[in-house]
Amino acid sequence: MDGNPRTSDEGFADGESVADALRLDGNAAAGILSEIFAVDLTAAEALCAGCGASRAVGALLVYAHGMGTVVRCPSCSAVVLRVGRTPTQLWLDVTGARHLVIAPRN
Amino acid sequence: MVEVITETPRVRTLILDVPGWPPHRAGQHVDVRLTAEDGYQAQRSYSVASAPEDAHLALTVERLDDGEVSPYLTDELRVGDMLELRGPIGGYFVWDVALGGPLLLVAGGSGIVPLMAMLRHRAAALGKAGPEARHAVPARLLYSSRRWNEVIYRDELSRMAEDDPALQVNHTLTRELPEGWTGFRRRIDRMMLAEVAWPPAERPRVFVCGPTPLVESVAATLVQLGHDPAGVKTERFGPTGTP
Amino acid sequence: MSPVSRGFRGRSRPTAESGRLPPGQYETRDFPVLSAGPTPRVSLAAWDFTVRGLGTQMARWTWDQFSTLPHETVTRDIHCVTKWSKFGTVWEGVSVDTLLAEAAARGVEPGAFVMAVSDGGYTTNLPLADVTGGKAWVALSYNGAPLPPEHGGPARLLVPHLYFWKSAKWVRQLRFMDHDDPGFWESLGYHNYGDPWREQRYSGDE
Repeated sequence: MDGNPRTSDEGFADGESVADALRLDGNAAAGILSEIFAVDLTAAEALCAGCGASRAVGALLVYAHGMGTVVRCPSCSAVVLRVGRTPTQLWLDVTGARHLVIAPRN
Repeated sequence: MVEVITETPRVRTLILDVPGWPPHRAGQHVDVRLTAEDGYQAQRSYSVASAPEDAHLALTVERLDDGEVSPYLTDELRVGDMLELRGPIGGYFVWDVALGGPLLLVAGGSGIVPLMAMLRHRAAALGKAGPEARHAVPARLLYSSRRWNEVIYRDELSRMAEDDPALQVNHTLTRELPEGWTGFRRRIDRMMLAEVAWPPAERPRVFVCGPTPLVESVAATLVQLGHDPAGVKTERFGPTGTP
Repeated sequence: MSPVSRGFRGRSRPTAESGRLPPGQYETRDFPVLSAGPTPRVSLAAWDFTVRGLGTQMARWTWDQFSTLPHETVTRDIHCVTKWSKFGTVWEGVSVDTLLAEAAARGVEPGAFVMAVSDGGYTTNLPLADVTGGKAWVALSYNGAPLPPEHGGPARLLVPHLYFWKSAKWVRQLRFMDHDDPGFWESLGYHNYGDPWREQRYSGDE
C-alpha cells in the first residue's frame, strides 16, 4: 500500500484515470479517524446528505492522495466527510453525512 | 523486529514482537511511521498477515521500486530494530469465524495479505474442531498473480488446502506460466468468477483485495452475477505500479 | 516525539539552493496528480464557462466561443502545498483579465473577491487583485497539448504565484463575492491566501 503518485494515465483502461485508480475504501480513512473518534468509524453507517444512500463508512470511497482525506458517496460522489491535517490540528467536516450510526463498544 | 521471512523476490514478511498488542481481527491493518534523523516522517498502511491467535504480529510488505517506505522495511530493517506503528485499525473489512461462511476471498498480488490473515485465523479457530466445523464455514480463494514465483504464501496455501477439504485455493497467473500449468491463465473475469464463486443464493461473505482497478472490476462483476453488494467488501490498495 | 527509525532517510529532499524554490519546497521533474474526488468527465459540447456577478448578471461562453478569445502562452514555475515545485511549466489559455473585461462589458457587477467553482464541486477563493493584472489564466493546454483530464482538462484555472490548490482543476465559473468566503481546502485548515514565498500553507500561518 505504498502510495506513490502516478504521473500519467499510461497503462489504464479507457475511461479510467490516475485519480480513479488512486481511490481507496473507507478503511483508508480509519487511521486518521481513529485520532478523533474513540470508536472505529468504518463500521458506522453513514446517511449521505447528497442522495440519501446509507452505507458503512468502510464502503465509501476515499481520496487521500493529496491534501487531506476526502470520503465520498459511491452512489452520487458527494463528499460525506473530510479531514484536513495541519501541523497542530485536525479539521473535520461531517456536514455531508446527515447522520452517523455507531454501535458503541459496550 | 524478531524475524524476516522472504516470501518472493520482492516480498518479505516482518515478524514483530509487540508487547501489549490487543488481539486484532483478521483483515485489519496497522499504520507504520518512519522518522529520519532530521525529523522527516513518512507513513504507510500495511495489512496484518498474522491470525489473531498468533503470538507475534506479522506484516507482509511488497517492495515497490520507487517506494519511500517499503524498500526500507524489506531491505534495511534488521532484527532488533524498533518500528513505530499504530493499530489495529479498521472494523469494516474484517472477518472472524463467528461471522460464518461461506467465505469467498479474491486477491490480486499483495492483496492476499489481509485475506491470508482470515485463512490463518480460520485454520487456527477451526483446526482442532472436526471436519463438520470446517465444512460449516467453507472457504474459497481466487488469487491472481503475475508469475508462479511471485505467489505469496504459495507453499502454505498449498498445505492448508491439502489439510482441509473445505478450503479450495484457485490460482490464476497473468504473465508467465510454469511448465505443465493446468490452472487459470488470465486476468480474473466474469467467467472465472462464475466458476469459482458460490451461487448468490448461498449468500457468501466476500472479501476482495488488491490493486484498485482489479478490486473494482471484480466487485462490479460479482454484483452483476447477482451477489448482494452489501455482502461484497473491498479493500483497494491503490495502483501498485505497471499491471 | 517519535523515535528515530535507524537507517531511514526518506526521499532525497534537496533544500532551496537558489532563490527559485520557495521555503520548504523541493523540485520535481514529474507532475504528480493529487485528487480529492473522481475525475470529472464533460463533453466539449456540454462545457461552458461563466463569470457571475454580485447581481443577477452572468457572462457565458461555450467551448467554441471560448476558443475565439485571445489566447496566450505562458511559462511559469508552480508550487504545490505538498512541497513539490515544478519549474518552467508551459501553458496556453485565456487571461482572466480578458474574461473579466468581457464580463464587465456585458454588465456583470464585480466584487472584491472571486470563488472559482469546478465540475465535481471543488471551490477555491481568491482576491480579485490576485487574478487580474496578468496573474491568472484559464488554461486549456499544457506543454503544447490539450490539457488532460487528470490535470484538470478541458480547462483549469492557473494562478502560479499562489500554492497550486488555488489553480482549480475543471474550472467552470468565477463567481464574484464581496466577502472572502473560504473554498474547499480553505475551510479545512489550509491558508486562506496561500503565498508560497511566505510559506502560508495552513490557517494561522503568518
